[in-house]
Amino acid sequence: MDKIPILRMGAFLLVTIQVDLYDRLALNLEADLVQMVNKTSAKGVLIDISAVSIVDSFMGRIIGNIASMSKILDAETVVVGMQPAVAITLIELGLPLKGVHTALDMEKGMNLLKSMIDETEEEADEDEMSDDLITE
Amino acid sequence: MTLSLSKDTIQVLKEQDVVFLKNRVKETAVKIKMGLVNQTRLLTAASELVRNMMRYADGGVCIIEVVSSGRVNGVRLTFSDRGPGIPDIDAAMRDGFSTGRSLGLGLPGTKRLVNEFDIKSKVGEGTVITILKWANG
Repeated sequence: MDKIPILRMGAFLLVTIQVDLYDRLALNLEADLVQMVNKTSAKGVLIDISAVSIVDSFMGRIIGNIASMSKILDAETVVVGMQPAVAITLIELGLPLKGVHTALDMEKGMNLLKSMIDETEEEADEDEMSDDLITE
Repeated sequence: MTLSLSKDTIQVLKEQDVVFLKNRVKETAVKIKMGLVNQTRLLTAASELVRNMMRYADGGVCIIEVVSSGRVNGVRLTFSDRGPGIPDIDAAMRDGFSTGRSLGLGLPGTKRLVNEFDIKSKVGEGTVITILKWANG
């Protein structure tokens, strides 16, 4: 059985999809990834799909699912490296992947994740501060 | 007038057959020098239709043809199954309609990706869907 490796790097999980996904593989990835987010308390998930030449409605749904599932486990998802032909096909198919963050390459994706996480931490800090003020 | 230049019949019953079919479709598209974006559209359309065939009819047959109309070549795919059939084709062709807990983009989305799309279905007998994508167009 094929398996897509999930690598941990600090607070992030990295997934590079090097093969064309078939349904079972995609479903396994979804389950594994959500498990890993929970187990490692990851703050971000970076999915590289630069080697994927087809994303159909099923795969699109899986990508959307991963993003929403991670979100409610307090992790952000960024999809990087989408091929232009795949972007064209997704939109024509009627699947705009709303709610999924994207970046052109790994580096930009990593920066985006970092900035999103900094922002949420700042917000948390502000909340704490305002709590302090109230208790004072 | 479209002429069929070559014909290839592939049985699709298992998940491995799906991978094989997609590879054959890709080879055929490359052979007629189809552009990359059109290749992606055709393969995505094929992927949608073969999934429907597997999910609703436990598999079927796909015919891959190279067709020619004057100066232009194209790939025609015919998916036929002996599944339950589609009772209301108009509803099935609407965005967001699904009987199988999916997004309901498969059929209408596929139609948007190809140049020609034809669907025939009879309840209790099966469904035949034919799509055609020209190399450039």
